[in-house]
Amino acid sequence: MASLAARRAKDTTVKVVSTGFAVLAILLLAWILLTLVAKGLPALGLSVFTNVTMPPGQNGGLLNAIVGSLIQIAIALAIGGPIGIFAGTFLAENGKGTKIGSAARFVNDILLSAPSILVGLFIYQLLVVPFGGFSGWAGSLALAILVIPVIVRTTEDMLNLVPVGLREAAFALGAPQWKVVMMVTWRAARAGIVTGILLAIARAAGETAPLLFTSLGNNSWSVNLSKPMASLPIAIYQYAGSPFDDWVALAWAGALLITVGVLVLNVVSRLVLARSH
Amino acid sequence: MDATIDSSGATGRIPIHQAKSIGGLSDPLFVGALWASGIFVLILLGLIIAQLFLGGLPALQEFGLDFLWTASWNPVTEKYGALVMIYGTLFSAVIAVVVALPLSFGIAFFLTEIAPQPLKRPIGVAVQLLAAVPSIIYGMWGFFVIAPLMAAYVQPPLIDLLGPIPVLGALFQGPPLGSGMFTAGLILAVMIVPFITAMFVETLESVPPMLKESAYGVGCTTFEVYRNVSVPYGRTAMVGAVMLGLGRALGETMAVTFVIGNATRLSASLFAPGATIASTIANEFPEAPIGSLKLTSLLQLGFILFVISFIVLALSRALVRSRLD
Amino acid sequence: MNSAVDPTFNLSSSVAAKPGAVEAPVKIQVNKLNFYYGQNHALKNINFTIPEKRVTAMIGPSGCGKSTLLRVFNRMYDLYPGQRAEGEVLFDGVNVVGKDLDSTVVRSRIGMVFQKPTPFPMSIYDNIAFGVRLHESINKAQMDERVESCLRKAAIWEETKDRLHTSALGMSGGQQQRLCIARTIAVRPEVILLDEPTSALDPISTSKIEDLIDELKQEFTIVIVTHNMQQAARCADLTAFFYLGELVEVGTSDVIFTNPKEIKTRDYITGRFG
Repeated sequence: MASLAARRAKDTTVKVVSTGFAVLAILLLAWILLTLVAKGLPALGLSVFTNVTMPPGQNGGLLNAIVGSLIQIAIALAIGGPIGIFAGTFLAENGKGTKIGSAARFVNDILLSAPSILVGLFIYQLLVVPFGGFSGWAGSLALAILVIPVIVRTTEDMLNLVPVGLREAAFALGAPQWKVVMMVTWRAARAGIVTGILLAIARAAGETAPLLFTSLGNNSWSVNLSKPMASLPIAIYQYAGSPFDDWVALAWAGALLITVGVLVLNVVSRLVLARSH
Repeated sequence: MDATIDSSGATGRIPIHQAKSIGGLSDPLFVGALWASGIFVLILLGLIIAQLFLGGLPALQEFGLDFLWTASWNPVTEKYGALVMIYGTLFSAVIAVVVALPLSFGIAFFLTEIAPQPLKRPIGVAVQLLAAVPSIIYGMWGFFVIAPLMAAYVQPPLIDLLGPIPVLGALFQGPPLGSGMFTAGLILAVMIVPFITAMFVETLESVPPMLKESAYGVGCTTFEVYRNVSVPYGRTAMVGAVMLGLGRALGETMAVTFVIGNATRLSASLFAPGATIASTIANEFPEAPIGSLKLTSLLQLGFILFVISFIVLALSRALVRSRLD
Repeated sequence: MNSAVDPTFNLSSSVAAKPGAVEAPVKIQVNKLNFYYGQNHALKNINFTIPEKRVTAMIGPSGCGKSTLLRVFNRMYDLYPGQRAEGEVLFDGVNVVGKDLDSTVVRSRIGMVFQKPTPFPMSIYDNIAFGVRLHESINKAQMDERVESCLRKAAIWEETKDRLHTSALGMSGGQQQRLCIARTIAVRPEVILLDEPTSALDPISTSKIEDLIDELKQEFTIVIVTHNMQQAARCADLTAFFYLGELVEVGTSDVIFTNPKEIKTRDYITGRFG
């Protein structure tokens, strides 16, 4: 049996080390953010938003990449949002206690953490190969598959927080399920569902790997969804690995933009949720 | 009494057995859409596995199961094998977990037992934001900031100090390149710490206060309660959390691609450049035309990664179900 | 135990203390009703009659089946796979249990108010309009009128008339419960089921709801489940005592609370168990 003093000393040591680890985590976050600001801010001029990507030395911007990302995220949400919300509602309502429900819940949890690059390969096989080329559609679809599990999960979790009594009260008035769900349960879980969508946008905005083999990237202005389409992460990937200083600087500017956007979305989604409770 | 409400069953209402249902056609449509979406999610995983398997089938036919333990990846001789990448995937992910585990234990201890109440939430959120930073940003940070530091300050002394030791020294060989397995593992560790920590905290907070109080009652210190009561109580879930972290690390692509060095050689050294399945797919894909043996080999690699991830994630899911927040 | 539950139980044979308590047409007739939660046999061969425009109370210890029976009347159990009812519940002579009738239709005739207030996350006005719109298409003026009349009947018009379009979630618990009653009567049901409607409320709100129940029986048939025996004695014309899934005894409230036939009933109302 260790002496009391020794046990106290051990306790204090562990507390100090643990606090140190927590501080370290925050310092790492700060380090990443400061790096982004230090390297990205100087390159973040107006031309980043007004010019499209250009060969090195010609004062190119990221306009096409930003627009391409926005388009692909919007389509991904338009496809994945309804499917995700419906599937999440299915898990919380009709699928509860059924084998299909449990299986779908399990599969969704796997999809949530599955390597995103494989979703890119999947869409490549499914769309790019048979339809003869990389396209904005393919990129959007890959992102849709990535946002679905996020939305399914938050929707299910948030609907499960809606009191059973509220659902039953709506049913007790003689409402059919679609009215109960659309007018009462979704409405009661609105803040939570919005949170899920914001988190899904944040995820889609930062994903690079699944776009490599689907929308590929595009160095000129194009909003044609049947053609390869630029995106911010792909532009960053391409530029960061290039030997040209102005391209690398532009990559940092893009990285700053994406990170700030994603972190703001994360913080806002937490605030939305906190305010609703 | 107001006359607008006439509730008498006898006057003015159709008998109940003649009344029509209220849902009409909308309800079956809506409920059908709910089921269809649920089933779509269910079969999505199967579709992905099937596509990857079929895509990689030509490579499987060409190389057979030898693909799994062939170390060569040679586009000139068209001889492809997955060994180097499987090794790299597992090695870097294990480094990540080994580094992330004590960090997560410490941060979870801090958040549940030490942090003053008003600081808990902001610090917890800050740790979670580490998980929100996109993979490619970790890649750039690792490549431009961490790798040079590793090459200049961390690797040379370690190689000098530990390299000459027999057996253990094998882990510390080669030139201090900065990039490589070790750096990749460290970056991955930072990326998975938030996931593991969040699940640790959730588990630790579910420990019944009575259990902890009785341990305090017999004079345990805070750490002794943590180690002897809270952690054993949540053991299963915590193992699940670590598995989830491992699963995440296995499939991480962009961060690793930037810092692992992308060498298709087998090396025991922590500092040697290597490749993971995901980084190889990202790197080699642009030079793999449709129909080539290389492309099907990459798809086969993807299938292998899926199987490994699936096993790890399914195991994790069996032990614990994480909360998304 | 079953001896008291004679399927041909005749209400008029009970001693009528409240005038008119028993001379009413039958609104709901329960015949040989059995109910199962999966393997669990929760209601055993219930036979029971509920008179029109009277208040019928169902009492008994927790788990005795009284709430279950209430939820059979409006087919609430339909929402949960694994729950099933066998036997008949005749509503104006039509069986509402089973697949013959759509549950939405049954629920429009047999409304329900729950233990905890369940205001929908919308305005006070929309809380009431929601149910009405399900079953009728009426114009704005008619809807305004309906909303007002229901709120008046539920005795919260004065408190809500100036904030009809604010969220119902901002009301007090007692007000919310009266809003839920208003919402239920707005659908113009014939029967109102009350599932321990005051158990989450303070004494003042409780007495307001009890006064309201007295008013509502002019128009509606009311069935109330309660843990509070004074409440049953105060409000109900008839009281039924359930124990372990069986109907032990039913009679006018005066008889049940002053001179019950069964020892089980006596033990329960004198507080010896439950």
